[in-house]
Amino acid sequence: MRRYFKNLNFSIGVVLSTVVLAMALVSLFWTPYGPNTMDAHHRMEAPSMVHPLGTDQYGRDLLSRVMVGALNSIIVGLITVAIGMGAGVILGLISVWGGRLTDEAIMRFSDLLFGFPAVLSAILITAVLGPSAVNAMLAIGIFYIPVFARLTRASALTVKGLDYIAAARAAGQAEVTIIRRHVLPNILSPLIIQATIQFAVAILAEASLSYLGLGAQPPHPSWGRMLNEAQTFMALTPWMAVFPGMAIAWTVLGFNLLGDGLRDILDPRLR
Amino acid sequence: MTRYLIKKMVSLAAVLFLVSLTVFSVLFVLPGDPAQIILGINASPETLAALRARLGLDQPFWAQYNSWIGSLLQGTGGHSITYDMAVFELIGSRLAVTGPLAIMAMALAVVLALPLGIFAARHQNRPADAAVMAGTQLGLAVPEFWLGILLMLLFSVHWGIFSAGGFPGWDEDVWGSLKALFLPALALGLIRTAILTRLTRSSMLEVLREDYVRTARAKGLRERTVVYGHALKNALIPVLTILGLQMGQLLAGAIIIENVFSLPGLGRLVFQAIGQRDLPVVREVVLFMAAAVVVVNFLVDLSYAAVDPRIRLDGQ
Repeated sequence: MRRYFKNLNFSIGVVLSTVVLAMALVSLFWTPYGPNTMDAHHRMEAPSMVHPLGTDQYGRDLLSRVMVGALNSIIVGLITVAIGMGAGVILGLISVWGGRLTDEAIMRFSDLLFGFPAVLSAILITAVLGPSAVNAMLAIGIFYIPVFARLTRASALTVKGLDYIAAARAAGQAEVTIIRRHVLPNILSPLIIQATIQFAVAILAEASLSYLGLGAQPPHPSWGRMLNEAQTFMALTPWMAVFPGMAIAWTVLGFNLLGDGLRDILDPRLR
Repeated sequence: MTRYLIKKMVSLAAVLFLVSLTVFSVLFVLPGDPAQIILGINASPETLAALRARLGLDQPFWAQYNSWIGSLLQGTGGHSITYDMAVFELIGSRLAVTGPLAIMAMALAVVLALPLGIFAARHQNRPADAAVMAGTQLGLAVPEFWLGILLMLLFSVHWGIFSAGGFPGWDEDVWGSLKALFLPALALGLIRTAILTRLTRSSMLEVLREDYVRTARAKGLRERTVVYGHALKNALIPVLTILGLQMGQLLAGAIIIENVFSLPGLGRLVFQAIGQRDLPVVREVVLFMAAAVVVVNFLVDLSYAAVDPRIRLDGQ
């Protein structure tokens, strides 16, 4: 563990992301005020001791909303990475073990997905499925599939050619067992690194979709949506436009640094 | 070279065919009846049916797809339902905003990123390098639409130097139009600066370790000549690749920033068209954007040979 904390990127990343995680967890059972509780007497109040981050146009406490927004972002990160990694790893493995035609088909499919501008496709998908937090996660998750499929394919191809796989095969182990017991554990490092980075990208992507009104729907607090609402009142209440954005940047920076740190530690060749 | 070009053209056509088919399929299942949206909820079933027939919406999938592709090949393209004009014309007018925006953003990114990346590489592991790298980490973490809002807050609301959105139009006011594009280009460009600076730095570091650089130094060449005359050209290849990818992404990525600054560009057009179920516009703009990504990448491939004479595109 000491080796991990000697890495500056990793250490800062852990601190930043722990703060966000803690905030998200605490928001599950406590926030200073109800995140959706309106207070007509305290509308658009500047940050003070009573409302540390101020209030919005409905008098809702911004700190409480930023806290619940953190939970929203963490859930988005987890689910999108789970979708992308789950389907991507399976497709990547099928690509390696399924023969040349399957490989070619899967890789060309991922080329096609890569060719589409991601934001545009996410907008199209949410337009088809309807704007909601779940559909935004699905739209982002789908675009992670080729990322993980390519990474799994590349890593698994290297591992497949190694002697211990040949030895396992010679010992009579079934291909599925070889994949489960020998291949997957050995390609885990790059996958974990990628997952951490994609986690951060997902938070950015969801914030963008929410900003456009295609993610979490009001009154549910989401950082992107909060920024959209803030823009209308920017001249009067600049704090509304500052804190949710800072929360996004903080979280993304935290997970990016964590990913970079893990890469330096687990796979120094990629540095 | 000719063989390479033919091969590339064929793959370009294949990708565009697949993109067109995908977009068409997605829009085919898109909920919401364009006829109903145009005529409103009080329209009679007969009027709705007549409009659907006129728009060709009552045709089966392949008939609709073929007629669309046919119109594209004939050079006429579709007709916008909401704007009542040819989609090609609409794309042209919106590209006059998005095109210069993307070019300004990219130019800004290149002008900032190359010197910063080279500077960081030349001062590797020193405080100056750490400061540049910390700045780029921050740049990667900041959402571009938030940066846009912050820039607007500072330069428009606080200082009043720039307008807080909108676009006067090139015919009306060239200087005003350039000013209107400056903040959005800055928001898009600064984020790309972070990506390109990191890439330039790592690429330069790799090249600076090469034997020929050592030889150049041993010959007694000035450090400036070594870096700019010898190393930079070779370090530029990966930078060019990402530059191409980013340029394509910029055209599409402009969707959000155009919404922040209410710019009448391609991104805003397609975003509004999806909401209005103006399917001919969505189809053709998406196809155009995908084509832009592919074509820009193709041009990047061609530029490799110009930067590095060792690269022969036909593989000979």
